[in-house]
Amino acid sequence: MNQQRKAFSSRALAVVAAGACAALAFSGTAAAWEPTKPVTIVVPAGTGGGADQMARFIQGVVSKHHLMKEPIIVVNESGGAGAQGFLDVKGSKGDPEKLIITLSNLFTTPLATGVPFSYKDFTPVAMLALDEFVLWVNADTPYKTAMEYVDAVKKEPGKFKMGGTGSKQEDQIVTAEIEQKTGAKFTYLPFKGGGAVAVQLVGGHVDSTVNNPIEAVAQWRAGKLRPLCVFDSQRMPYNAKVTSTMSWHDIPTCKEAGLPVEYLMLRGFFLPPGVSQDAVNFYIDLFKKVRETPDWKEFTEQAAFNQSFMTGAEFVKWLGNAETMHRELMEKAGFLATK
Amino acid sequence: MSDLAYLFHGFAVAITPFNLGLMLLGIVLGVIIGVLPGLGAANGIAILLPLTFTMPPTSAIIMLSCIYWGALFGGAIASILFNIPGEPWSVATTFEGFPLAQQGRAGEALTTSFTSSFVGALVAVVMITFLAPLIARFALKFGPPEYFSVYLLTFCSFVGMGKGSPAKILASMMLGFALSAVGIDIVTGGLRLTFGFTSLLKGFDFLIAVIGLFGIGEILLSMEEGLTFKGASARINPKVVLETWRKLPRYWLTFIRSTIIGCWMGITPGGATPASFMSYGAAKKFSKDGDKFGTGVVEGLVAPETAAHAAGTSALLPMITLGIPGSPTAAVLLGGLLIWGLQPGPLLFAEKPEFVWGLIASMYLGNVVGLIVVLSLVPAFAAILRIPFSIIAPVIVVICAIGAYTVNNSMHDIWFMLGFGVVGYLFKKLNYPLAPMVLALVLGNNAEDSFRQAMLMSGGSLAILWSNWLVGSISTLAMIMLFWPLIAQGLRKLVPSKPDKLSSEQPVD
Repeated sequence: MNQQRKAFSSRALAVVAAGACAALAFSGTAAAWEPTKPVTIVVPAGTGGGADQMARFIQGVVSKHHLMKEPIIVVNESGGAGAQGFLDVKGSKGDPEKLIITLSNLFTTPLATGVPFSYKDFTPVAMLALDEFVLWVNADTPYKTAMEYVDAVKKEPGKFKMGGTGSKQEDQIVTAEIEQKTGAKFTYLPFKGGGAVAVQLVGGHVDSTVNNPIEAVAQWRAGKLRPLCVFDSQRMPYNAKVTSTMSWHDIPTCKEAGLPVEYLMLRGFFLPPGVSQDAVNFYIDLFKKVRETPDWKEFTEQAAFNQSFMTGAEFVKWLGNAETMHRELMEKAGFLATK
Repeated sequence: MSDLAYLFHGFAVAITPFNLGLMLLGIVLGVIIGVLPGLGAANGIAILLPLTFTMPPTSAIIMLSCIYWGALFGGAIASILFNIPGEPWSVATTFEGFPLAQQGRAGEALTTSFTSSFVGALVAVVMITFLAPLIARFALKFGPPEYFSVYLLTFCSFVGMGKGSPAKILASMMLGFALSAVGIDIVTGGLRLTFGFTSLLKGFDFLIAVIGLFGIGEILLSMEEGLTFKGASARINPKVVLETWRKLPRYWLTFIRSTIIGCWMGITPGGATPASFMSYGAAKKFSKDGDKFGTGVVEGLVAPETAAHAAGTSALLPMITLGIPGSPTAAVLLGGLLIWGLQPGPLLFAEKPEFVWGLIASMYLGNVVGLIVVLSLVPAFAAILRIPFSIIAPVIVVICAIGAYTVNNSMHDIWFMLGFGVVGYLFKKLNYPLAPMVLALVLGNNAEDSFRQAMLMSGGSLAILWSNWLVGSISTLAMIMLFWPLIAQGLRKLVPSKPDKLSSEQPVD
């Protein structure tokens, strides 16, 4: 079956190549860059997590729709809260066949651990999507709105337990932001993965979480969890009913619920430093094609992503703002590494 | 009753030629993945996952879960023949399996381990079939203190397992804990014990340590002892399977106990690794031949293999019903479900019954197919030991190096592996037991996390380990296991020589 597919793709390729030659003859510009060996996507996180799922999803979509001649290889380099993967790509100067998919640890890991890297060490390619954060409580608790819950937390400082993924990473930063804005005080419990966090909440071992939609959706649909608000500037655009009564769109933003906290997590791609603009353009084009497939639409709707797509100067500006925001939030919360 | 109808429908789905072919392919791939140390089922499945996007989800999960069964079976092969556990849950298999192989009983050891695996898995599948919804709820009761009490029980049931001086056991275990602490500290988010070296950021992966300590260490020892495998004299006996089967029923109690431990650990989800250690420890404590453990006792091989497979199989249950992975492999399968457009969780049984029951049916069939495949190859596997050491040893070293590299895609790990090889050699020369160190390295991290989470919850009070009947009974059981030697002594004093009296009262026939 594989061989068949290969044969098919090489035929398709011949057609594309012929087309490209024709285009070249007409336009007279230099040939566009293309990878000449398998493309590696480094995942600076473990297998099965959100970034890993997206990388492997893209790998599958690219091969299913023959979007690229060379195959994609996904490797997980999760050591040191992702520092291992980032340092690997930072060190692969000028290698245009090595991409890294990021989560918020692009900003948080260097700040929290002092390992030296930042977004400026990489060649930014594109933001594919932003992952949302939702405030969840157990459906058996009486809290119907974000403020009801926060008020209850305020009354008994430290009694309410917030579960989250990792330490001094996105979940704890959101928690710290809630604390700074409202004066409430949580006991933060770090776990290794988002799925485990959701189950701890169902089991009543923690009182609330800020899980990403995809981590908690199954439990929500089963009536075990209740979403209170989403940490975005506007509601999620997905109108299809997820439970019998609610869609993602029906969840109010935290701001309209009276909790002025916003946080989104980057799902973007970077190349090592010193890679040509031609290579960057190739991947931008590739990701645009990925985003046009029906598979992507289904995937993003399941995960309820914020579908922002950014490249170039706009993306760099966003990164600069995001880094400043993380630095300020983490400084206020006392999460910065001691020098 | 409608569930049973679904199950039979599931068999019908699984038994199509296309799916049976995928099953066979999955098993063979899985065995290879299991034999190669370091690759691991989780990695193997992750690599093959994108290939399955073009298949119907049921076929895809059948193939991927068969890779999982194959890897569970295959993990035992390298452990028994070369003392290299390819998977974390195979470590306890080496304790009895490798000495057996050295005595020329590799065929017997392999048959025992495959059969035990099969029994463990089969019981777990039956349990999933009939008790799934009931049991799924039980997993929800596990918070940080419950997890910690399970790890505590594993450690406690393992204490006193190595022979020789308790001080050496303690030293070995503490070294394991220290090594497991290197890298990121999940509770504070800071780095520990990395001394500014970026290669230490990711810590010491258990597999690197095990490949080095056991695999490379063993080869260093063999080199010193004359460049031959002790098991090389093994005669190849095609009837070994039947002969071994005749002996196995006498270990029925070990089978039952190990299956219970395994199912329980798989659901909770402590996972296959603690299950195998705990079951081995329990078998050693309760066996008549407890003192001989470590020298090649079949019973000590039955215990970890049965438990590991019962756990490995029942670990799929929380994955399907709750959407929480019971093992790293289950975590990757979980990602697969999402990509195929299925949503694991409490509603999967109701919404996609044909998928769930197809998967369960494939568990039955996959295990039967797997057992037939591996058993028919037992003589061939055992014959590997007849290959001259000078040929096979370099091959093993290369495979170990590839395995060590694959874990993190890092060259440093190969150097660490060689370093661990030297440590393993020195440990054996100086009579330090390796098992406590490996146990601490495997579970140290999880035990530490859950302990610190529990302490955060309770504000530092140990009373949380006895805060409800569940955690309380596990903690108490752990304490009983820890002090069992003392308790046993006390009991003997209270009830002096009761067995003697009985035997003297009863006529000997």
